[in-house]
Parts: sequence; structure tokens; C-alpha cells
Amino acid sequence: MTEIGLGHYLTLAAIIFTIGIIGIFLNRKNVIIILMSIELILLAVNINLVSFSIYLQNLVGQVFTMFILTVAAAEAAVGLAIIVIYYKNRGSINVEQISSLKG
Amino acid sequence: MLAHSLFFYFFSTIAVFAAIMVTVSRNTVHSVFFLILVFISISILFIMIGAEFLGMIMLIVYVGAVAVLFLFVVMMLNITEQLTKRSSRKGLINNISVGSIVGIIIFLELLVVVGGWKYKGNFVPLSAVNLDLDISNTHALGNILYTDYIHLFQISGMILLVAMIGAITLTFSKRENIKRQSYFNQIQREKDSAVSLVEVESGKGVKLDD
Repeated sequence: MTEIGLGHYLTLAAIIFTIGIIGIFLNRKNVIIILMSIELILLAVNINLVSFSIYLQNLVGQVFTMFILTVAAAEAAVGLAIIVIYYKNRGSINVEQISSLKG
Repeated sequence: MLAHSLFFYFFSTIAVFAAIMVTVSRNTVHSVFFLILVFISISILFIMIGAEFLGMIMLIVYVGAVAVLFLFVVMMLNITEQLTKRSSRKGLINNISVGSIVGIIIFLELLVVVGGWKYKGNFVPLSAVNLDLDISNTHALGNILYTDYIHLFQISGMILLVAMIGAITLTFSKRENIKRQSYFNQIQREKDSAVSLVEVESGKGVKLDD
């Protein structure tokens, strides 16, 4: 219990990943929360990569974490731009009203 | 070792609590603040286990850039107005059941992975890039990032460039009734069309029609 090993970090990442997944499903308010849930999921992946990198004494995991950070930042920028232009067109970003695709 | 575990439980508890609050919080601005709290806690955990460069990068990129971007968008859009009118509860129960089932299954799968890690075979390192304890984390990361992974590094820069161009072209709106500078017309203007010599008779002025 007092010894913090790889399993603790992986469990923490699993919990955060699951919170992100459930957040996407449960969210009824707006699309920005969905983007934040995706950020949480990417963060959980980062925790996994960094903890394995430290555990295996191999730096490549941290390099790939940096690339995931890059992709997360780009995804947030493009996603928020899409949200802004959607709000400009439709006047609302409520999840229940976004039904043009009939999905 | 005890201090390390205490710090781990402290920060991970804060991170999990804040992650839950991100998804259930009613106010979107509060969600963004809790997202910042998650990122700060996780970056502290990164610094604790020895990945200090990534911890700092997380602080700079996420808290300094992404979270502020979220805050700006939340403040630009008028979301609080929508919060007052209650959304229909019709699909909520359905969503909660499906979301909980999917989430719990994914969580159990991830736990099984952690459990199965105990019975792993012997690992053969895929690359020879090993942690060198003599130099700092940032130094070691820079050593391999700018040599072995330089192409991936530059491609990630291209990804950022494409994202920037995409975001600008998406939100760029051409407004009417604004006089814009036309560089090509300015540059292509020549002496013949712009300046003319006029013989002025004495006692008469010059009448410029066009």
C-alpha cells in the first residue's frame, strides 16, 4: 500500500480515462464539455506512456508523450474553431439540438 | 517512500475528484477550472516520478494555452443563457445506462491489463535509448528528440501549422463595407497611369476631370 509502483499510476490513468469516456456519454449540456473529456482521455494516455517510460527506463515514451501533447493542442484548436463557427451559424451548441446528421 | 506514497495519493485523489467535477459541473467555466486543476495535479505527479520536463511542458501547453483557449471560447459563446432552461430529461436515463455500462467495461478492461502486467514475459527493449542517470531528464530528452526523432519532431510542427491554418480559415469571416488595402494594385501602379504633365496656360487653371 505504501509502495507506489507502476500499477498505481496505471490505475490512476484508467480511472481518468473512464471518467473521460463516461463524460462523453453523460454530457447533455454542450459540446465544449465533450472536448474537455477528450482532453482527459489524452491525459490518461500520457500518464500511461510516462509511467511506462520511467518503469522501463526508456525515454521513447516521453518523446511520444510530447507528440501526443502536440496533437492534443492541435485538436483543441480546430475543435474549438468548429464550435465557434457552429455557434455563429446556429446560435446554440447544445448537444440535444445538434441533430443535423440524424445520428 | 512513505512521503512519496502520501504525495501520490494526495495529488491523484485531487486529480480524480477534479476530473469527475469536469464532467458533472453545471457551469462550463467551472468545468474549465477543474480541467486546469486536473492538469496541474497530473503534472505534479509527472515531476514526482522523474519526468520533470514533461511536467513543465504540460503546465505550459495545457494550462497556459489549451485551458485559456477553452476559457476564451466559453466566454465568447453565450452558454449561461442555455443553462437556465432545463434540458429535457427524456434521453438522460438512457444515456446514463449506456454510458455507465461502456465506462465500467472499459475500466475493468484497463484493470485487467494492470493485473496481467504481473505475469509478463521478459521484455526486450525495442530501442537502445535508455535512461542515463547522470544527466537531467531535459538533457536526455533533448539528446534523443533532436537526433533520432528529429523528423517526427518536425512533422509535429507541421501538424501544429496545419491546425493553426485550419482554425484561422474556419473562423475567418469576410466583412462587408470595409476598405481593404490591395497590394497588387498598389505595386502595379506605374508612372504613366498615375502622373501626367499638364501645360498650364497663364491666367487659367487646371481642370481635372477624372
